[in-house]
Amino acid sequence: MYQHTRLTTNRLGFFQKFKNFDYILLICILLLGFISLATMYSTDGGEIKFHTKSHFTKLAVFTLMMLVMSFINIKYWFSLGYLAYVVVVGLLVGTYLFGITSSGSQRWINLYFINLQPSELMKIFIIVCLAKFFHRMKLENVNSIYTILTSLIIILLPMGLVIVQPDLGTAVLIAISGIAVLWFAGINYKYFIYTILGFVISLPFVIAFLKPYQKLRVLTFLNPDKDPLGAGYQIIQSKIAVGSGGIFGKGFLKGTQSYLEFLPEKHTDFIFTLFSEEFGFVGSAILLVIYVIIIYRIVAIGASSRSYFAKIFCYSFGAAIFVFITINMSMVLGLLPIVGSPLPIMSYGGSSMLATMIGFGIVMSARVHNQQLIA
Amino acid sequence: MINSSSDNVKKLNSINRRMFITGSLKFFIMIGIVSRLFFLQVKENKKYLTLSDKNRIREWKLAPVRGEFHDYFGNVIAGNFEAYQLHVIPEQVEDFRYVIYRLKDLLELSDNEFKKVLKKKNEIKPWETLIVSDNLSWQKFSKINNHLYDLNGVKPVISISRNYPFKENFTHLIGYVSQANQDDIESTQAIKKNFVPGLKVGKVGLEKTFEEKLIGTNDIERYEVNAYGRRISQLEFQKGEKGKTLRLTIDTEVQKLANELLKDKAGSICVMDIYTGAVVAMHSSPSFDPNLFVFGISQDDWQLIRNDPMKPLVNKTLQGNYSPGSTIKPIVALSALENGIVNTNFTVRCTGKTEMYGQTYHCWKKKGHGYVSLRNAMKQSCDTYFYEIARKLGVDKLSETAKKFGLGEKVFGNLFDIEKKGLIPNTQWKKNALGKGWLLGETIITGIGQGYIQTTPIQLCLMTAQIANGGYKIYPHIVVDDKVKDQPTDKFTPLYKNSKNIKIVQDAIFGSTNEVMGTSYRSRIDNPKYQFAGKTGTAQVKKITEEERELDLKTFQIPYEQRDHALYVAFGPYKNPRYALSVIVEHGGNGSTTAAPMATKLFKLIIDRHKIRESLGNKKYLEI
Repeated sequence: MYQHTRLTTNRLGFFQKFKNFDYILLICILLLGFISLATMYSTDGGEIKFHTKSHFTKLAVFTLMMLVMSFINIKYWFSLGYLAYVVVVGLLVGTYLFGITSSGSQRWINLYFINLQPSELMKIFIIVCLAKFFHRMKLENVNSIYTILTSLIIILLPMGLVIVQPDLGTAVLIAISGIAVLWFAGINYKYFIYTILGFVISLPFVIAFLKPYQKLRVLTFLNPDKDPLGAGYQIIQSKIAVGSGGIFGKGFLKGTQSYLEFLPEKHTDFIFTLFSEEFGFVGSAILLVIYVIIIYRIVAIGASSRSYFAKIFCYSFGAAIFVFITINMSMVLGLLPIVGSPLPIMSYGGSSMLATMIGFGIVMSARVHNQQLIA
Repeated sequence: MINSSSDNVKKLNSINRRMFITGSLKFFIMIGIVSRLFFLQVKENKKYLTLSDKNRIREWKLAPVRGEFHDYFGNVIAGNFEAYQLHVIPEQVEDFRYVIYRLKDLLELSDNEFKKVLKKKNEIKPWETLIVSDNLSWQKFSKINNHLYDLNGVKPVISISRNYPFKENFTHLIGYVSQANQDDIESTQAIKKNFVPGLKVGKVGLEKTFEEKLIGTNDIERYEVNAYGRRISQLEFQKGEKGKTLRLTIDTEVQKLANELLKDKAGSICVMDIYTGAVVAMHSSPSFDPNLFVFGISQDDWQLIRNDPMKPLVNKTLQGNYSPGSTIKPIVALSALENGIVNTNFTVRCTGKTEMYGQTYHCWKKKGHGYVSLRNAMKQSCDTYFYEIARKLGVDKLSETAKKFGLGEKVFGNLFDIEKKGLIPNTQWKKNALGKGWLLGETIITGIGQGYIQTTPIQLCLMTAQIANGGYKIYPHIVVDDKVKDQPTDKFTPLYKNSKNIKIVQDAIFGSTNEVMGTSYRSRIDNPKYQFAGKTGTAQVKKITEEERELDLKTFQIPYEQRDHALYVAFGPYKNPRYALSVIVEHGGNGSTTAAPMATKLFKLIIDRHKIRESLGNKKYLEI
């Protein structure tokens, strides 16, 4: 009987969908967007210049896109799962063949109206794809050789395509997104333990195969003061910026480290440094709280979803976003070596924002259609 | 369906369990991030704030304004003037080549100078200042100003620089400044602290001695700079302090007269207040224009000064070791009196020469002076008499008295690092320095200020001053403000055993100038206001051979380097003495004809100036 009523209310009206919206998540995303705009304004030196304008446009377009996405039934997103993955893999191949090279790596592809970084999209679409892959799978089949091999291929294929760009950081993040799905799908613990062990053991050999600049990054991370004007410069300046922010920060538009161009990559990977310099520990904590709320809402939406696909997607997406945030922050705070990893929404960069917003869109859709069962 | 639903439940259990693990993991990682933030921003905040300021704030030090030298009357004798300079910041120039060639034409730079400028340009960063010219004439400076419209990025600048308005008059006393070199920076803390490129520091003389006081402190401009070192904005301008202005005891008028008197001669004049020890004039000749050194002396000028046979680079007043000649006689006489060797009635018969220890010693007067007492011997500067009393006295007693009166010791202590001690020989000294026993014959010539004995002009002046003031110890000084603290405790302690002896010697010196037959009788002034007493001296620079003695050549017949030095020491006014002086003219021939007439002119001026000096009413000055 209970089930029956649910089945009858399967199709939701427009206003009902509105009612089903997760407004806390939406407000947090908008707040984050606003903060990112203000920070971008600051990186432009307190003027509305290219980065601010561009960031605003992207933010507006992609937020709208996210809202539209949330009205579309989750089952369509489910059905698009494999296609999206294949398309992005195609784009990655395209990038490999005729991508745009910038600062030593071929990461972008010109799609005539936009320069896209498919590796960023892959961070999300690999979750969609694997979530679909595991959706209907029985638990006893999850740990079969076939499943594991297939899922590994799904992960390793784009990873390989990203590594050759070369962009180790993003490749690792793609892998982490994929592994998150495997984790939630119920792959046996022992595989994770073996993988971690295997990774630790092979680390020295991996380092031996790293490219010189990657090796330098690791060495620099271990001792940034060794070459303060060379490789260690970014970490040192970033730490100085964050540390000099103090409890309340230097004030909006008053971050000397960024204004005077001591900060590297302040629009993208190091945006948190600038924010932290200007708004201090309190501001950074507030930003973290916003992120925590977002992740919490994503997980909560997952928990309240009836479909396994939505659940596994939300959990994995939540975990992935969490990892993106912590890796970026650990990097700028000197806890991890510098790997190119943007801070979701905050960092300048269309592809990253597009990917994140698509993720949010699917999560929103899962929330709006949380009673939707996917056959 | 049941199967699938039970599978679903299992799946849900599994995913929820794993979500729980993930959640806990996330929690701990988040704690880690927050604590890292807390560590950096709260705990280590100070450290990083300092690092951030170090990053963004850069200081530019500007050259400090150097303290001045004033004479006793407040006239600036080493001051500052506004030098017209031309600065270019290469980065702000659109077409550097055009501008620099244009400047070359306008400033009429030689190819050499031009090359130097280009070389400098290559050594600096494009936003740093290139000094094209550091001391432009007003004509060129205004010419540049007229052409500024097509000289973008060229900045005419007025900067403060050293100036010596009296040119060669004070060169040896004050010294000069010039660009600081590595040695200067390392040896003097104040220079190290205040150093900026192009800083001028004292190289010799008082400029060097009082460097720490004169140098002042930098103006400091604090700029915010960006990561590339470009100035963004000025945060602060901290005005530096001008160096301390030092007032000297010197009277410029007397100094100028000294310079005039010694014109084209090599020698020294110094004048001293016999009670305060204030040095009124101190000049060494020939001198040179210290302004030449301020912006770096040209090679030609330098060679000219360096190769001058009259040695302008030597401060003869302090560095010149001269045989005192007969100017030592007052001390010999005093020593003999003090030691009870002679009294005023003691006479010696002078025949023009005397045989002692198998050697012949000549008096300057061939015919001899006949029977002479102390007063007559001093008056006529009879050598035979002093041979005799020196012989009786012995060199050790003589040297004791001479040292008491300031000979053989640095007059200014550490004030000038170049000052020489002179030499007052005694038996002990010879044994130590030369490893030989003292010969009695050496005592005899020491009695007329020849032989080993060597004195500097300032020592002779001090000696005379201490005889003139009645035999009391004084400490000569040049800087007015300097004498307030650490007054030596033995100031004004008597140097005599019996004050009568000093009177006897003073009277004998008086006779030498103011009585017929006196050696400087022709230079006397009868007016009691100016009347002075002085002792001539003629120091041989080489031993006179028998042949030459027979020839009896006039001064002008002897080659310059072999002529005697002419000396004169004097004090006045005789009735109420206040000033003592010493004059030395190198190779001047004869003390009475060359040196003594200078004293006449000097005393006239000094005593006239005394009233003005007195009227300045410096309390510190009267405390004596």
